[in-house]
Amino acid sequence: MAQAMSERGKLAARLARHSTGIIASVLFVAPIVWTVLSAFKPAAEARLPPLPPWPTTGFSLENYQTLNSFGDGLWASAQNSIYVSVMTVVLSVIVSVLAGYGFSRFRFPFKDLFFVLILSTIMIPFQSILTPIFLVLTKLGLHNTLTGLVGVYVTLQLPFSIFMMRNAFDAVPREIEEAARMDGAGNATMLVKVMLPLVWPGVVTIALFAFLGAWNEFLAALVLMTDQSKFTLPVMMTALQSGRFGAIDWGAVQAGVTVMMVPCLILFLALQRFYIRGLMAGAVK
Amino acid sequence: MTSITAATAAPPRVRKLVGAGRRQWIGLLYVAPAVALVMVFFVIPLGMTAWMSLHNWPLMGEHSFIGLDNYWAILRDTRFWNALKFTGYYTLVVTVAIFTVAFPLAIFIERPRPFTNLYRTLFFMPAVVGFASASLLWSWLLNVDSGLFSPAAYDLGLIDRKFNLLATFQPAFWSIIAMVVWKVAGFTMIILMTGLQSIPQDLQEAAVIDGAGPFARFRAITLPLMRRTLALALILSVAGSILAFDQFYIILRGGPRNQTLTAVYWIFNQSFVSFKLGYGAALSMVLLVILVALSLIQLWLLRKPEGLD
Repeated sequence: MAQAMSERGKLAARLARHSTGIIASVLFVAPIVWTVLSAFKPAAEARLPPLPPWPTTGFSLENYQTLNSFGDGLWASAQNSIYVSVMTVVLSVIVSVLAGYGFSRFRFPFKDLFFVLILSTIMIPFQSILTPIFLVLTKLGLHNTLTGLVGVYVTLQLPFSIFMMRNAFDAVPREIEEAARMDGAGNATMLVKVMLPLVWPGVVTIALFAFLGAWNEFLAALVLMTDQSKFTLPVMMTALQSGRFGAIDWGAVQAGVTVMMVPCLILFLALQRFYIRGLMAGAVK
Repeated sequence: MTSITAATAAPPRVRKLVGAGRRQWIGLLYVAPAVALVMVFFVIPLGMTAWMSLHNWPLMGEHSFIGLDNYWAILRDTRFWNALKFTGYYTLVVTVAIFTVAFPLAIFIERPRPFTNLYRTLFFMPAVVGFASASLLWSWLLNVDSGLFSPAAYDLGLIDRKFNLLATFQPAFWSIIAMVVWKVAGFTMIILMTGLQSIPQDLQEAAVIDGAGPFARFRAITLPLMRRTLALALILSVAGSILAFDQFYIILRGGPRNQTLTAVYWIFNQSFVSFKLGYGAALSMVLLVILVALSLIQLWLLRKPEGLD
C-alpha cells in the first residue's frame, strides 16, 4: 500500500518535472520556430498575423526572393557576413594560437605586461572607443572596408581566446615537446605538427565564439560600414525593418531573421560541447 | 650506476639552457601580432578618446582644443543624465528578471536526469542567436498589425481592439524586458549551473540528515558556496545591460518620445548622428569610468574565498 503510494508520488513528481520542462522549452523555442515557419508563407499571407505559424496557403520562397531585391540584396549582405565571420575565425585562431603558445612556452621581456594588457581590454567596453576606431581605420585606409571590420572583431575576441589558448598549451606536458625537440623538430614544426593536435578542442571553442561574435555583432558594423554594399546581415536587416526601402515587408524580415539565426543554431547544436567548455572556462576564471 | 644516469641526463640540460637563451626573443615574435592588434584597435583608440574629449571635434573641418568644456557641458546635459538614469533602471529591472527566471532553471537542469540535456539545450537556444536577430524577431512579434501578441490577444477576446505594445512607455519597456529575459536567461542559467554543480553533494546530504529543510539548505549552503558564481553572473548581466543598445535601437528607436534612450544610444546619437565627436568622446569617458569601476568591484567580488582552494 505504502509502496504503491510512493510509486504514485514518484510518477506525479516525474510528471510535474516533465510538464515544467516541456512548457519552458516551448516558451524558449517557440519564437524561433514561429519565425522559421512563417518565413515560408507567400508574401500576402506573411503580412497577416502569424496564426497559425505555418503556411496555410501553400509553401513558398517568395519572402526570400523579395528580400534579395532590397538594396544590394540578401545575398550580397549574406556574403559580407560570411566573409567577415570566416575571416574573423581564421585570423583570431591564428593570432591566438601563436600568442597562446608564446605566453605558455617562452620567457621574454614584457611578457607579463603584454598578457595583462591583452586581458584587461575586456574591462573596457569597445562601445566607448568606437569613434577613434573609426578615425584609426580612416587613417589606415580601411575606412568602410570589411577588412577593417574584421580587424576590430579579431581584437574583440583576443582576451578570451588568448586566455583559452594559453591555458590549453599550459595543459600539454613539457615532456612531449622535449621528446619532439630531441627528434629535431623546429619551433614551427613543433607548433603545427605536435602541439596543435593536442590543443585542438580549444581551437574549436575559440573558433566557435569568434564566428558567433562576428556574425551577430551589430553596433560596430552599423557605425563603421556606411556604404550599403558593405552592410552585414544585421545592419541590412535593420535598414529594411526601419522602412528604409519603403513599407516594411514583415515576410522579408522573417526570412532575414531566419537566415541570421539558422547558422548560429546549427553550429551550436553541432558543437555544443565546445561551447559549454568555453563558457565554463570563462566562468571558472 | 649513478654516474651513468648523470652522464645521460647532462647533455639535454645543457641543450635546454642554450635553447632557452635563443628562445626568449622568439616568444616575442609569437605574441607580436596579438599585441599589435590590441595596440592599434584598443590602446591607441583609448588614448584618442581621452584626447578627443578635450576638443571640439566635428567630423569635417578642424578640431580645436577646448579643455574641459565638454565635461562641463555633460554636467548640464539633462538628456544624457536621463539616459543614464534610464539605463540604470533598465539594468536593475532586467537583472532581477533574468535571475528570477534563470535560477529556478539552473536548479531544474543541475542534476543529470532523463532528458535534462535536451531541456538544457532547448533553454539555451535563444542565447546563441544574436541580439540584433532577436530584436528583429521580436519587433515583428510585437508589431500591432502583423505581429503575434496583439492580434492573438484580440482573437482570443482578451482585448476589444488591437493594442500597440510599442506606443507607450510601460508596455514597450516590459516587452523589451521579456525579450531580453527570453534571450539571456539560458546563458545565465548555465553560469549558475556550474556554480551549483561545484557544491559537494555530501554537504547537502549532511544538512538533510541534520533536518534542514530545502529553504534552510538553500540559504545556508547553496547561496554562500555560490558567491563567486553569483557575482560573475551578476556582473555579466549588469555590464551587458549598461551597454545595452541593439534592442532599444532596433525595436523602439529610443522611443516612445525618446524615453528609452540608453547611455550607449545617446553616445551613438551624439557621435554618429550629430557628429559631435569630441563631445561623444567625453560621454564615452564617463561611461568608461563607470564600467572600469564595475570591473574593479567584480575583481573584489570574485576574489578567492579565504581558507578555501
